[in-house]
Amino acid sequence: MSDAIHSIVDSADGRNITALRQAIARRQVSAREVAESCFRRIEQRNPSLNVFLALCRERAFAQADKVDAMAARGEALPPLAGAPVAIKDVLSTAGTVTTCSSRILENYVPPYDATAVARLEAAGAVILGKTNCDEFAMGSSNENSAYGPVRNPVAPDRVPGGSSGGSAAAVADGMALLALGSDSGGSIRQPGALCGVPALMPTYGRVSRYGLIAFASSLDRIGPFTRSVADAAAVLRVIAGRDPLDATSASVPVPDYAADLAKPIEGMRIGIPKEYFGEGCQPGVRQRVEAAIAQLESLGARRVELTMPHTEYAIATYYIIATAEASSNLARFDGIRYGPRENGGGAGDRGLAAMYRQTRGRRFGPEVKRRIMLGTYALSSGYYEAYYLKAQKARTLIAGDFASGFEQVDAIVTPTSPVTAFRLGERTADPLQMYLADIFTVTGSLAGVTGISIPCGKDGEGLPVGLQIFGPHFGESNVLRLAHAFERHLQGNHDQY
Amino acid sequence: MKLTREQVARIAELAHLDLSAAEADSLARQLGDILGYIEKLNQLDTSATEPLAQVLARNADPAASLRADDPVPQGTAAKIFPIAPDAVQPYFRVPKVVDKGE
Repeated sequence: MSDAIHSIVDSADGRNITALRQAIARRQVSAREVAESCFRRIEQRNPSLNVFLALCRERAFAQADKVDAMAARGEALPPLAGAPVAIKDVLSTAGTVTTCSSRILENYVPPYDATAVARLEAAGAVILGKTNCDEFAMGSSNENSAYGPVRNPVAPDRVPGGSSGGSAAAVADGMALLALGSDSGGSIRQPGALCGVPALMPTYGRVSRYGLIAFASSLDRIGPFTRSVADAAAVLRVIAGRDPLDATSASVPVPDYAADLAKPIEGMRIGIPKEYFGEGCQPGVRQRVEAAIAQLESLGARRVELTMPHTEYAIATYYIIATAEASSNLARFDGIRYGPRENGGGAGDRGLAAMYRQTRGRRFGPEVKRRIMLGTYALSSGYYEAYYLKAQKARTLIAGDFASGFEQVDAIVTPTSPVTAFRLGERTADPLQMYLADIFTVTGSLAGVTGISIPCGKDGEGLPVGLQIFGPHFGESNVLRLAHAFERHLQGNHDQY
Repeated sequence: MKLTREQVARIAELAHLDLSAAEADSLARQLGDILGYIEKLNQLDTSATEPLAQVLARNADPAASLRADDPVPQGTAAKIFPIAPDAVQPYFRVPKVVDKGE
């Protein structure tokens, strides 16, 4: 974004989307100028950061012109009018290639929009293009993309986190005002932490997943990356709510999250689970998160010590359930209805089954194959009870930790990631070590609760640290309120962080 | 813990995945490591625990979760066939499934 747009959006109280809409309504800037400025930024920065896989200029300008025409006629503008948005490439966009960062969908152009995308556009947002991610959202560093890794705009020799690394980087770098990502085990919150931007995982069922290409259906969520918590509230209000096209979307009323932000946090009880502060958490991360908790207390929140004894089982549980569901969901990629087909076997290897094996074997990347294999094993005859059923029972216990926690507190506060952004290539050799980095995020995924990551300062190397705030099912209002209060405090006291 | 080559081949067959010898070897080791870690779950006594298959909150109205089964024309067929690797409307064409022994 250009300086002129920066001066509009980084104005009062973090309500950037509202400030932009007002500036467009007053004709101080046009939606087209905003979109042009984003595309210029993308042209400058994308060759080195590898954030966008595809742009949809025509669609963006058509929408921007529509918003400008409304402004010219003096009509009231919709809530996200003119807000430039980046979409993770696992969300379907009609007419724009949607690859899931995989070679098995390299030429796939969906015939329809995901509901979340359609709702953003109906609210006036301008879709800029599709962002890079780990293949089929499987990864924690964005290094599993078939189209190369994204680089962290804060420190380009480092990863942006994953799997929604491109969406986090697009917002952190000012290529877009907001972005959509998906989160199954931390894929919104962790890259938000590593890139230093607010990143919200709504409650399971809060946002329709129609048009999200499924990874793990009992875990997948869609949520926003934004420049501020107030912006996250504005976006959630638009994308949340029942959708007849997704049977798992809940018909729970959608509150006015932005209005709730202003309420004081005095007396809110925040739970601090000791299991999230042990060894394995970098000292720089722990320090910043503890300082943030102290700050929340000074703003009036009441600290309650919690224990969540099943936390240490969450990674094992998650990597059985997520891979089992993935092995089922990804069975649909078979070279018949979409994507390229491989059928180059020898004379005795040309039948239908050989075509499946070859298409999938050649077109899925290593991490996707690893997870399909693990999930297939966990579901196979003779192992189902020992692995899948056992993991489902462990999931009950992990969800129980949250349920009993939320009987005592309004929110649970932890680090988002035990580490700050690591160097590209540093962790790729050992998949298990990469999985273990998800320890603080997979718990909330398994429990179905909501969680946000917000920046809470930098570690000794100047890398962003994320503070995670969990709330109970459909408890987004309280989570956003706490996050907003902390963010406003941080804005006013930059020198201390 | 390491999976055997036969175990890896069997899972790959179930998953419809062609694997190179090098891929199969590294998967035998990596899956073994991961499954070894997952053994951790056996420390948990789950004899009295129900499995959790989905987390849709209880306060989400279950009656509303399924829409009426009314067919609505989507009009997407014309858009779907052109993106298939081998289609002759209204069919997707696939390699030969049945060997007639010719």
